[in-house]
Amino acid sequence: MSGTLFDKLWDSHCIETDGDGASLLYVDRVVMHERTGAVALDSLARRRRSVRRPEHAFCVADHVVDTLPGRSDDTRVPGGRDFIVALRQGAASFGLRMFDVDDEDQGICHLVSAEQGIALPGLSLVCPDSHTCTLGALGTLAFGIGTSELEHALATSTLRAIKPATLRVSISGQLLGHATAKDLALTLISTHGVGGAGGAAVEFQGAGIDAMTLEQRMTLCNMAAEFGAATAVIAPDEVVFRQAALAPLAPKDAPIAGWRALRSDASARFDHDIAIDSAQVVPQVTWGTSPEQCGGLGDPIPSPKDAAARQALDYMGLEPGLPLASKPIDAAFIGSCTNARISDIRAAARVLKGHRVAAGVTAICVPGSKRVKRQAEAEGLDQVFKAAGFEWREPGCSMCFFAGGETFGAGKRVVTSTNRNFESRQGPGVRSHLTSPAVVAASAIHGRIALPDTA
Amino acid sequence: MKPLEIHKGVAAPLLQANVDTDAIMPSREMRRVSRSGLADGLFANWRYLDPERRIPDPDFILNRPERTGASILLGGPNFGCGSSREFAVWALAEFGIRVILAPGFNPVFQKNCVANGLLPAQAPLPAIRSLAAWSDRDPQRNRLTANVRTLKIEGSGKRIPFVIARGQRLRLLQGLDDIAMTDQRTAAIEAFERQRFAEQPWVCAWINRRA
Ligand code: SF4
Repeated sequence: MSGTLFDKLWDSHCIETDGDGASLLYVDRVVMHERTGAVALDSLARRRRSVRRPEHAFCVADHVVDTLPGRSDDTRVPGGRDFIVALRQGAASFGLRMFDVDDEDQGICHLVSAEQGIALPGLSLVCPDSHTCTLGALGTLAFGIGTSELEHALATSTLRAIKPATLRVSISGQLLGHATAKDLALTLISTHGVGGAGGAAVEFQGAGIDAMTLEQRMTLCNMAAEFGAATAVIAPDEVVFRQAALAPLAPKDAPIAGWRALRSDASARFDHDIAIDSAQVVPQVTWGTSPEQCGGLGDPIPSPKDAAARQALDYMGLEPGLPLASKPIDAAFIGSCTNARISDIRAAARVLKGHRVAAGVTAICVPGSKRVKRQAEAEGLDQVFKAAGFEWREPGCSMCFFAGGETFGAGKRVVTSTNRNFESRQGPGVRSHLTSPAVVAASAIHGRIALPDTA
Repeated sequence: MKPLEIHKGVAAPLLQANVDTDAIMPSREMRRVSRSGLADGLFANWRYLDPERRIPDPDFILNRPERTGASILLGGPNFGCGSSREFAVWALAEFGIRVILAPGFNPVFQKNCVANGLLPAQAPLPAIRSLAAWSDRDPQRNRLTANVRTLKIEGSGKRIPFVIARGQRLRLLQGLDDIAMTDQRTAAIEAFERQRFAEQPWVCAWINRRA
């Protein structure tokens, strides 16, 4: 019997399927953050339930933690401290490993999961966060879930789910010039729409994927959350095995032979198929309030074809017909689970080296994890950022979203390496332009939306 | 959980596509480590002219006097997209919403609805528009009735069929709690786990290493 990678991952975790087609899946790992984990643990305690496999459940403080140097539990998010403290207390009382604010390995939960080997090829993992699909890049069956499902997973080690359809995204060619995995994802989303995946499990495959680093694959899988995908997977290869086997929580003898079998059979049938050529992808910037509203920097902003697009342009303070390139900006942000890994920091640093952020532009870099931050500092990249006039912060979700804490200010135009440009996502009235870290860096220097100078 | 079989209520149309959970429940409104005390923050960016000072926007659909007590939301495509935060559904429930009719839902949002006793019913947009138009004429009198048993939503003498997964429908009808349901399958879970750990010991191998 031939199957897709997703079928194999699903079947190997499927305990049973009821008459309605809802399956009970075995959950190997549970990861939670303070925003939802605190509530779930509190609610479990109230029900006098225990965590069924505490050694397989992990807590990460990332969502509302302060990211200013010298931080404590205090956060500018209203009530934020309570979430951090409650998660810590919950973790202690249930005996869960917590990556706390001051932990050496703290970071954004999805980065921590990958770095620590909580996510490994062939494991199933759930986390109450919509970007959990990032971990599909390791060949992990990863699902973003709600808080009730989190409670359920903690109490029973299972997830109840209906098997989604499968969508193969065949990626040919290689990314050229300044085009990145982020641009590939944005191109895919603008071509097929934010609902493009139609709730299917996406498998990215093809020569374009083979040529990518694990970090690029993570960026691509991360953006599947903006593509209407149930989750995303990529068949793990040597690139992944090497890194996964080194993670602190990886088994001593990594079952690499078994991991090699985690790929779609050549004859496997997918429910849907789309293709994209990486070589055609050019650097993208969003102009609207949905990730599908994007285009190349030099492309004219299209005339609105519906009320939603009109509303988006209005919110963004933009006119159709003009390109985004050269549009003055107020702020630049590098961070988030999409683009704050070491390769992203390096890419931005290459652009920033020897330059200064334009006058009047607020520029902030928030490394995705302490590991990333340490590595960047070992390479002297923090100095490049600081010399350029960027703030160099402590890891966390930070201004990827607004929780009532820090923001850029209403009407401010921000180029950002994050994943969501929804209205007020980064604070009331903030105008977010999603793009790659290198374009964020170049725009910061020029004070307007710009490509990195070609040397 | 309260079972849901038949619900009659005032409808409120919010037909734009891609109403996301940030809009339903802005992150800064999630102030307490709790599932309650959230209704006030529901749609805060749209509902208030000034969210901080809670000055209502009289134009927002849920603020209009004729929509008082609205408990049925009529939504557009891809309703509940974006962040998986369950706070959005808790806030809707606490506000009094029991039914959301939309052409499509984000799957996590849909599951969150069922887990909290809200009916996420799927129907084609034109049908939803016609219900909305009828409701608009006199929202307080032209109430809609959703029936989870017959899978129909009624208004203006029309009975519009909607779709929901069978298992989700049963759970709504029985008001069954997730964990209680799975507790009945403990033996199967344990057997599966024993076999998994036997065949793939590395799945829990690192525990042994740390010991
Ligand atoms: S960085 Fe942003 S998208 Fe990623 S987990 Fe944090 S809040 Fe969510």
